Amino acid sequence: MSDWSLWGMFVVIGLGTFAMRLSFVELYGRLRIPPLLSRALMYVPASVLAALVLPAVVYPNGHGEFVLANPQIPAAIIAAWVAWRTRNTVLTLAAGMGVLWLLKYAGL
Amino acid sequence: MGGVRALLPLIPGVIPFGLLTGVMAINMGMSPGTTMGMTLLFYSGSAQMVALQLLHNGVLPMAIVVTALVINLRFIMYSASLAPHLHALPRRWTWPVSYMLSDQSYALCTLKLSSGELGRFAHHYYAGTAVSMWLCWQVSVLAGVYVGASIPETWSLGFAIPLSFLALLVPGIRNAASLGAAVVGGAIAVLAVNMPYNLGLVTASIGGVVAGLLIESARKSPLTTTLARDIEGEAP
Repeated sequence: MSDWSLWGMFVVIGLGTFAMRLSFVELYGRLRIPPLLSRALMYVPASVLAALVLPAVVYPNGHGEFVLANPQIPAAIIAAWVAWRTRNTVLTLAAGMGVLWLLKYAGL
Repeated sequence: MGGVRALLPLIPGVIPFGLLTGVMAINMGMSPGTTMGMTLLFYSGSAQMVALQLLHNGVLPMAIVVTALVINLRFIMYSASLAPHLHALPRRWTWPVSYMLSDQSYALCTLKLSSGELGRFAHHYYAGTAVSMWLCWQVSVLAGVYVGASIPETWSLGFAIPLSFLALLVPGIRNAASLGAAVVGGAIAVLAVNMPYNLGLVTASIGGVVAGLLIESARKSPLTTTLARDIEGEAP
């Protein structure tokens, strides 16, 4: 792909993303938010974050193939428990990475 | 400045993701200038990762654009959620802070903004999280560009990405409806992982939101309210 079409693509994605980020902030009042939508928005973070996390944990290779010996699953469960108890990002990361390294080191 | 302080604990989760993005781009033969241009234009790690992946696979530019924008559809929902608190500001405020809207600053601000506990300076708090997140992201991608391929594969740093999302997700689950949204969203995403154009993520997100709404309505109707409270009391 030529440099021009590469940059053109980046600019289109960048502008599109900016337009989506700005959409409701710019058009507030003219673009009405139906009550159902504002209720629905409450569940966006939980839903999107879970949809990002679970496949990344279950499929370590990034494809849709399930691997039985997957140390990421116990590591993520322990990290989720730490997140729930402490609500602390650093501890959650440390626990998850720590368990993953331990399990890999132990050859599981 | 409260916003900057609120973001600090998230930085260790962001840095590996940024590093990884920089490392990946360089490994795919992109120049440091192109990588940073992409990072500035996108300011969206997941879209950038997916675009890099698809570029590597030689997918058509049009398909890459569509996929990246679909992944970023969530920003429309974030925008709608933050609009009541930001729309009254002048454009020299709204345009920059909209550009810097991210998962992290949204997650930090959404509850505080809607509870009204921040008062008149709520947008300063939001801007604090947005600017520090933006700086953190740009610097860590830049660091990744220069660290390049010297991070060994055996560190499994990629796992830090889902972990950082997990650290945002778990504290956000406050009731049965948001738990339902997370469970359904996650389950659909796992099952739909092979859908074309990464539509699995969008399908899963919508499914999770619908599940949350259904659970909320079910619990709100007066007949089931007491019943739900009883069930909640017995839940492990």
